Amino acid sequence: MSIDRRTVVKAIAMGGALMGASVLMPRIALAAWSKEAFEAKEQTAAMKALFGSDGLEESAEVNLKAPDIAENGAVVPVTVTSSMSGVESMSIFIEGNPSPLAAEFMIPVGTKADVSTRVRMGKTTKVTAVVKANGKLYSAAKEVKVTIGGCGG
Amino acid sequence: MAKKMLKVKAKASGGKTKVKLMAKHIMESGQRKDKKTGELIPALFIQNLTVKYADKVVFEANLGPAISKNPYLSFSFDGGASGDELSMTWTENSGKTGTELAAIK
Repeated sequence: MSIDRRTVVKAIAMGGALMGASVLMPRIALAAWSKEAFEAKEQTAAMKALFGSDGLEESAEVNLKAPDIAENGAVVPVTVTSSMSGVESMSIFIEGNPSPLAAEFMIPVGTKADVSTRVRMGKTTKVTAVVKANGKLYSAAKEVKVTIGGCGG
Repeated sequence: MAKKMLKVKAKASGGKTKVKLMAKHIMESGQRKDKKTGELIPALFIQNLTVKYADKVVFEANLGPAISKNPYLSFSFDGGASGDELSMTWTENSGKTGTELAAIK
């Protein structure tokens, strides 16, 4: 009966709609919280569900701050800032996670496009920040090395 | 509601208010297994946090279970003065919800 944690993580990442499906299905999704986007297993699918498109434009005006090497994948500090005007939302995607969309922040007028949080990362992968401004999507990405994963247990 | 879940530090300076907040929450990812039974522990996480100042939404976050345990968020907005109150509403994926108030310093 001993299944090591790597196998578990992999099994979930690959096959299982285990997690979200069983837990969240019966509940009525909140209007604002996009269930489809948060449960998507592929980054492009998550982006399509959230924005209706995955057409990103890399921009130097999107700034993603994350460590080069995260010793502990359970707590990875991430900061997203943008110098653009008309920012509507900022989102964080972690490509290699079971569900790539980690968070979506709404930025109303008057709030600075500068948000910090801490995320979990299952393995070394690319972190992408997507800024929605004036109806268009801009992004910045960074590879973060993880030495201890933060998804299994 | 019993204990406060959110720890908030909000500071006004130069016409802006900087808010740092931490929620005391396990943010169960739904990926972990119970060591005894081998069953998956169901996900339990805060999925929405809305911060209002003077009845206006100044920040809203939709979170997934990939956010670390005891989620930390920081942001800043224009306006706000010392002594004013911020109202924060959180919603768990279980449907549980709560609103807490915090004063700006």
